[in-house]
Amino acid sequence: MKVIYTDSLVIGGGLAGLRVAIASMQRGFDTIVLSLIPAKRSHSAAAQGGMQASLGACIKGEGDDEDIHFSDTVKGSDWGCDQDVARMFVNTSPKAIRQLAAWGVPWSRVRGGDRDVIINGEKVTITEKNEAHGLITSRDFGGTKKWRTCFTSDGTGHTMLYAMDNKAIQMGIPIHERKEAIALIHEDGVCYGAIVRDLITGELTAYVAKATTIATGGYGRLYAVTTNAVISEGIGNAIALETGIATLGNMEAVQFHPTAIVPVGILTTEGCRGDGGLLLDKDGYRFMPDYEPDKKELASRDVVSRRMTEHMRKGKGVPSRYGDHLWLDITLLGRKHIEKNLREVKEICEYFLGIDPVEEYIPVRPTQHYSMGGIRTKATGESPALKGLFSAGEAACWDMHGFNRLGGNSVAETVVAGMIVGEYVADYCSANPLNVSTSTIQQFMKQEEKKITDLLVRDFGENPFQLKAEMQKIMMDKVGIFRNGEDLEQAVEELKVLSQRAKKIALRNRISSSNPELVEAIRVPKMIKLAQCVAYGAMLRTESRGAHAREDYPERNDRDWLKRTLTTWKDDFSDLPEVTYEDLDVMKMEMPPGSRGYGVDNTVQHPDTVRREQEIQEIKKTNPGADRYELQELLNPILIPEKFKGKNERIGRGFK
Amino acid sequence: MSDQERVLKFQIFRYNPQKKGDKPRMVTYEVTEAPGMTIFIALNEIREQQDPSIQFDFVCRAGICGSCAMVVNGQPTLACRTLTSKYEDGQIKLLPLPGFELIGDLSVNTGKFMRVMSERVESWIHDKYADEVNFEKLEERMDPDVADEIYELERCVECGCCVSACATKRMRPDFLSAVGFMRLARYALDPRDKRSDEEFYEIIGDDDGVFGCMTLLGCEDYCPKDLPHQTRIAYLRRKMALVR
Ligand SMILES: Cc1cc2nc3c(=O)[nH]c(=O)nc-3n(C[C@H](O)[C@H](O)[C@H](O)COP(=O)(O)OP(=O)(O)OC[C@H]3O[C@@H](n4cnc5c(N)ncnc54)[C@H](O)[C@@H]3O)c2cc1C
Ligand code: SF4
Ligand code: SF4
Ligand code: FES
Repeated sequence: MKVIYTDSLVIGGGLAGLRVAIASMQRGFDTIVLSLIPAKRSHSAAAQGGMQASLGACIKGEGDDEDIHFSDTVKGSDWGCDQDVARMFVNTSPKAIRQLAAWGVPWSRVRGGDRDVIINGEKVTITEKNEAHGLITSRDFGGTKKWRTCFTSDGTGHTMLYAMDNKAIQMGIPIHERKEAIALIHEDGVCYGAIVRDLITGELTAYVAKATTIATGGYGRLYAVTTNAVISEGIGNAIALETGIATLGNMEAVQFHPTAIVPVGILTTEGCRGDGGLLLDKDGYRFMPDYEPDKKELASRDVVSRRMTEHMRKGKGVPSRYGDHLWLDITLLGRKHIEKNLREVKEICEYFLGIDPVEEYIPVRPTQHYSMGGIRTKATGESPALKGLFSAGEAACWDMHGFNRLGGNSVAETVVAGMIVGEYVADYCSANPLNVSTSTIQQFMKQEEKKITDLLVRDFGENPFQLKAEMQKIMMDKVGIFRNGEDLEQAVEELKVLSQRAKKIALRNRISSSNPELVEAIRVPKMIKLAQCVAYGAMLRTESRGAHAREDYPERNDRDWLKRTLTTWKDDFSDLPEVTYEDLDVMKMEMPPGSRGYGVDNTVQHPDTVRREQEIQEIKKTNPGADRYELQELLNPILIPEKFKGKNERIGRGFK
Repeated sequence: MSDQERVLKFQIFRYNPQKKGDKPRMVTYEVTEAPGMTIFIALNEIREQQDPSIQFDFVCRAGICGSCAMVVNGQPTLACRTLTSKYEDGQIKLLPLPGFELIGDLSVNTGKFMRVMSERVESWIHDKYADEVNFEKLEERMDPDVADEIYELERCVECGCCVSACATKRMRPDFLSAVGFMRLARYALDPRDKRSDEEFYEIIGDDDGVFGCMTLLGCEDYCPKDLPHQTRIAYLRRKMALVR
C-alpha cells in the first residue's frame, strides 16, 4: 500500500485550494495540493467579470464600504446566508485584493479625468478624480449599489489564478496533478486524508493528513447545459457525502446565469451588462425595464434569469433550432471598449458563434452557472460533523451566498475563505497530532480497490456515459430555473432508479491505468447521489427563495423556511439521503429579513423579524456615539483571525 | 451554420504508453457533423459512442484554460474552439502536441513542462516586501497603461502551441521557448518586480535562452491568444545584448 503523509492535504488547485495551501505553508506546515489537472487550468481561470471588494476608488464606487457590501450580499442571498460569515467576508475582501495586487495581479486601474460610459442605454461622461489615479478601479455588476467589481479586462479569474499559482510555486508547494481523490479516510468522526487515484497510471495512494481541505469547486455538470468546466462534477462534495457523517448544505440552491451563449452554454460575463449591454427580445425590444423598472438588466442574477424565462414563455423569445433565446446587445459599447474590456467575450463570439459582437447581437439564454450549496462548514471552514475536514470556495457551503450569490462575490469568496480557513487549518494542524490506525487506512484502500476491480471484471451492465446523460437531462428538465412539486417528485423517483442502475456499470475498456471510461464509472454514481440531494432538497423546500423558485409556492416563507437544508447519506443501502434543517437565528441577524426590492414583496414574515428590528433600534438609541465599526461589533460580533481584524483604508476617507 | 449533414472523417493518433505492447497508429472515425460542432464535441461523441478508451484533455471547452492544444491538420491550436465546419473536405487529422511528454493518444503533459518553465524563469514578483505589504492601507498605485500592458502578456494560457511550433526547440531540448520569454517579459515589464536586467540575463542570456531564438516566429503565428511574440522577443534580445 502506497502512503504519503503530510500535515495539510488540500484537494483542489483552484483559487480557494491554492490560497488555503499558501496559508498552511506560511505557517510552517507540510502541505500538498491535489488536482485533476494542472492548477492553472482550474475553473477559477474562467471567471471573467471580476471580484467584489469595496475599495471605493472609482467615482461610481465612491462612498462604498464594508457595510454596503454586506447589505448587498445579504439581500442577494435572499436572507438565506450566514450573516457572521458574510461579515467576515466583506471586511476581509479589500485586504484580499490588495494582497493579490502585491502578488502580481495586474488589476485595471483608475485613470483620472473624463471618460465615456454607457449607463441605462445612454452615453454618459463621468470624471474620475485625479487623486484616485492609479488605484484599483471597479465596474458595475448586478445586484450591487455601488460599482464594486474589480477586474483585469475580462480575464479576472485567469490573472488571479496565475498570481496565486505562481505564489504557490515560489513557495515550493507540491502540487500533485492528474490525481483524483475518490474517498475520504476517517476514523471515530475524524478525517485523516483521502484515497487518491493517479489518472495516468491508475495507481491508488493513501494521502494521510492531519487536516484535509476540500476545494474542488462546483457541481454544475449535474446539468446538461452549464457554463461550468467539464471537470466541475462535484466529486469533492460527493466523497464528503459518502462518509455518512459530513453534511452538505443547501444543495438545492443552484444559480442560473442570464447570459450564456446558445447552444453551447459558454458564459458571456455579467460585465457585458455591467458595462452597459442590454437584453432584447425577438422584436429588438428592451424588456427588462418593464419587469424591473429600478435595476433593469442589473437586477440580481436569479431575478434576471427568471424574467428572461417568463418573457420567452410569453412568446417573445427568438426561435432557433436549439429552442428559444434572447439577444444580448453590446454593440452600443463600441469597438474600443469591447476590444479592451470585453476581449474574451469577443473571442468567444468569434470562435463559437462566428459573429462579431461589435456589430451583431449575441444569442443568450439563462444557463446553470453556480452551486451555492456544498459541504456545510462552520465559520472556521471546518465541518461541524466530521472533525479535521475543512472546505473552502465553491465546494463549500460556508454560506455567504445563501440562495443566490452576487456576481463577483465568488472569486472574492475563494480568496477570502482561503485566507481565513487557511489560518484555521493551520491552527488545527498545530493542535492535533496525526492519530490514525494503519488498519483504518488499509480498510479504506481495500474498499476502493475492490470497487475498481468489480468494475473491471463485470461482463455486462450499464454504460456510464449513458447514465450521466440521463441524469443531466432530468436535472435540466425538472430541477431548473422554475420548479414545481410534480416535476420534482418525478425527478426524485427517476434519479432513484438511475442510482440503482449505477450500481451495475460495466466497462468496454477494461484496463486500470489511464482510462476515461473508468474515470466516468467512478464518478457517475457519485454524481447521481449529489443530483438526488439537489432534487430531493428542492422538492421538500416548499417556498421560493433566491435561485430556488417554486411555481407552486411563489412566496418567500420566512416563518417556515428561514433555515438551511442539511443533507447526509448515512445508510449506503438507502435510496434517498437524509434531510434535516438548521434554523437561521433572526435574533442574531445584523440585518433582519426584509424585501429585496424586486417585483411584489409577498414574504411570509418570521415572527422574530419585528422583534429584532426593534432590538436593533434600541441598541442604536442606547449607543448614540457608536461609529459604524462599534455598531457592527454590537450587532454582529464576529470571530476572525487576528491578522485580518484591521480596518481598511479608502481614498478620501482614510480608515473611517 | 449549414443545415446539410455531412460525415466527417477523423484520423486520430492512437497510442497508450501505459498499455503493454501498444503501438502508435492512426485510426479513422466517422462522425455526422452537427451545426456548430467543435472538435471538443466531436471527440466526446467518439469517446461516448465509438471508443471509450480514447484520451484527450478538455477543461473549460471555451478557449480559456489552455488544456486542449493539439495538432489539427498540421497546425497546433486549441481544439475546443475549432469548428469542424472550417474544414471543407471534412477530413480532420489529429495529432498530439509535439515537444511534450505523451500521456496517451491526444493527451500530453503540458502541466509538467509549464511548472518547470515557471520555476526556471521564477515566474513571480521578486520583491522581498511583497509578503509584508500592509493590506489595510491603499494599494501601491500603478499607471493604468502599464497595468493594461502587463495584462496583454499575462493572457498566455500555457497551451504550448508556441513550443510545438518552434524549430529551435526541436533542436535544443532545453530551449526555454516562447512561452518562457513571454513570461519573463511580463515580469520585466512589471514595476512591482524588482529584478535587474543582470538577473534576467542570468536566466535567458544564453543559447537556451533568447540568443538561441531564430526569430522565425512560428510562436507568434500559432499563439491562440495573439501574444506579441515578435516585439517582445526583439525587446528582450536588445535588452540582454546590452547586458552582455
Ligand atoms: C464561466 C464562469 C465565469 C465566472 N465568472 C465569475 C466572475 O466574474 N466573478 C466571480 O466572482 N465568480 C465567477 N465565477 C465563479 C467562480 O469562478 C468560481 O466559483 C470559483 O472560481 C471556484 O473556485 P474554486 O477554487 O472553489 O474551484 P475551482 O477553480 O473550480 O477548482 C477546483 C479544483 O479542484 C480540483 N478537483 C476537483 N475534484 C477533484 C478531486 N476529486 N480530486 C482532486 N482534485 C479535484 C480541480 O482539479 C481544480 O483544481 C464564474 C464561473 C464560471 C463558470
Ligand atoms: S521566434 Fe522562432 S525560434 Fe524564437 S521562440 Fe518563436 S518559434 Fe521559437
Ligand atoms: S504564449 Fe501563446 S502559444 Fe505560447 S503557451 Fe502562451 S498562449 Fe499558448
Ligand atoms: S478546453 Fe480550455 S482551452 Fe480548450
